[in-house]
Amino acid sequence: MSTVLTIGSGKGGVGKTTAVANLAVALAASGDKVVCIDGDIGLRNLDVIMGLENRIVYDLVDVVEGRCRLRQAMIRDKHLPELYLIPAAQTRDKNAVSPSDMVRLCDELRGEYDWILIDSPAGIERGFKNAIAPADRVVVVTNPEVSAVRDADRVIGILEAEEKGTPSLILNRLNPIMVKRHDMLSADDVVDLLAVKIIGVVPEDEDVIVAANRGSPVALDQKSRAGQAFRNIAQRLKGIDTPFLALDDQGNLWQRLFAGRK
Amino acid sequence: MSASQLTLKIKGLRDSLLVTLPEGRWDDLRGLLLNQIQERESFFKGARLALDVGVQALHVSDVSELRDALSEQGVALWAVLSESPATEKTAQLLGLATRLARPTPEVPRAPAAVVEADKALWVDKTLRSGMRVEYPGHIVVLGDVNPGAEIVAGGSVIVWGRLRGVVHAGAEGNGEASVCALDLSPQQLRIAGEIALAPKQRKTPVPEIVRLKDGQLVAEPWRPDKH
Ligand SMILES: Nc1ncnc2c1ncn2[C@@H]1O[C@H](COP(=O)(O)OP(=O)(O)OP(=O)(O)O)[C@@H](O)[C@H]1O
Ligand SMILES: [Mg+2]
Repeated sequence: MSTVLTIGSGKGGVGKTTAVANLAVALAASGDKVVCIDGDIGLRNLDVIMGLENRIVYDLVDVVEGRCRLRQAMIRDKHLPELYLIPAAQTRDKNAVSPSDMVRLCDELRGEYDWILIDSPAGIERGFKNAIAPADRVVVVTNPEVSAVRDADRVIGILEAEEKGTPSLILNRLNPIMVKRHDMLSADDVVDLLAVKIIGVVPEDEDVIVAANRGSPVALDQKSRAGQAFRNIAQRLKGIDTPFLALDDQGNLWQRLFAGRK
Repeated sequence: MSASQLTLKIKGLRDSLLVTLPEGRWDDLRGLLLNQIQERESFFKGARLALDVGVQALHVSDVSELRDALSEQGVALWAVLSESPATEKTAQLLGLATRLARPTPEVPRAPAAVVEADKALWVDKTLRSGMRVEYPGHIVVLGDVNPGAEIVAGGSVIVWGRLRGVVHAGAEGNGEASVCALDLSPQQLRIAGEIALAPKQRKTPVPEIVRLKDGQLVAEPWRPDKH
């Protein structure tokens, strides 16, 4: 049984591509067969974050327009043999693909893979519609910022109206110290407004950027906290109950040392 | 009746086309419409379309699917007109207009319109950012109205939840209209022509009702004895 999982957000730059790359790696490392599809046509970058940029020969638009077979556009990951990427076209625009193309393509992959992860572009237009058309499940990524949450709300409303069901939420780039100072929305604030199930909270973490530049997603780094958060989300996606990270336990060492003595 | 006997009525509006569907099975009508558009591609290409579906009761999936199919053909669906309340609600949920012209808020309507407006639209879900519900009568929301959502009612508005978006009651000039909510912290609240901006957030919200009194918006606790 395959699950087609689309990651969307509304607002740009909140961490959709980062989430797709990391969840793909984490799911594949846990033994699942995974294909990711970069749905951000014209602005592809999933290939860069996964470090597969140099291996691209064919892309999604080539498949849709019949210039190659589906298998030819699937790039095998460097580290994980059961992980593949179908890259986006860089030189075309999102109108080169239709929602029904995406449904057909995913139907061809269903059955053979456990997960088909789709990276949606920002916005709520054609590219987004393409990305959600084949989805069985949608995960919305947001940041603890009012504008990002407002856009997530909009996207959730559209998904509900299009009868895709209520998505689950990843809150990315949370800074526990700022939350404690009341300078940042907390996970509770965000969930309170959006009224959806939260499937993970990922801390702000420099390792994410370093890893992205290296083309080796942070979920492969056993020491990184953001990596751990993504691995936990992958477990929850698989239906395995996994406790949330205590994100502030490194905020103040003294507090932690004395916490037990109160 | 077979599909081939069905005909569409097409009328040009100022900046869009109004297509009126005959009665019949939705699948047939849908096919007919898409066929006509394909046959007369150059006529329809780039058009904004208002669709009058008569008494047809349509689900969100019907309309969103049609909207996508139309958009593939370069036609933008912007309004769905219907006598069916279910279809009206569907259109509103998808952010489509349900009337051709917006009423001008400044001009007070004749009393006849007020009587006609004494009906309520029942919305049993949370309105999220970007959603707009407009209705000539009252609007009752069983859920929250999130920031970025908008409610425009000819009559009063009741929100059994948190009102944090934009609300306009008495939109056609009715100063008798009121707005009440379990937690009233709208981005903007209007009754008839009077506007109030977001009040301060309270720590422990109480249900409140806002009315127009001597040309001013006044909020009071919303209690059974206050009616
Ligand atoms: N948890 C995090 N900590 C620190 N930096 C992060 C984190 N998550 C994402 N970033 C950084 O934020 C930037 C945007 O991330 P990403 O490209 O994944 O967003 P996106 O939602 O896919 O953007 P777009 O809408 O442009 O497709 C990148 O530089 C990424 O490295
Ligand atoms: Mg991206």
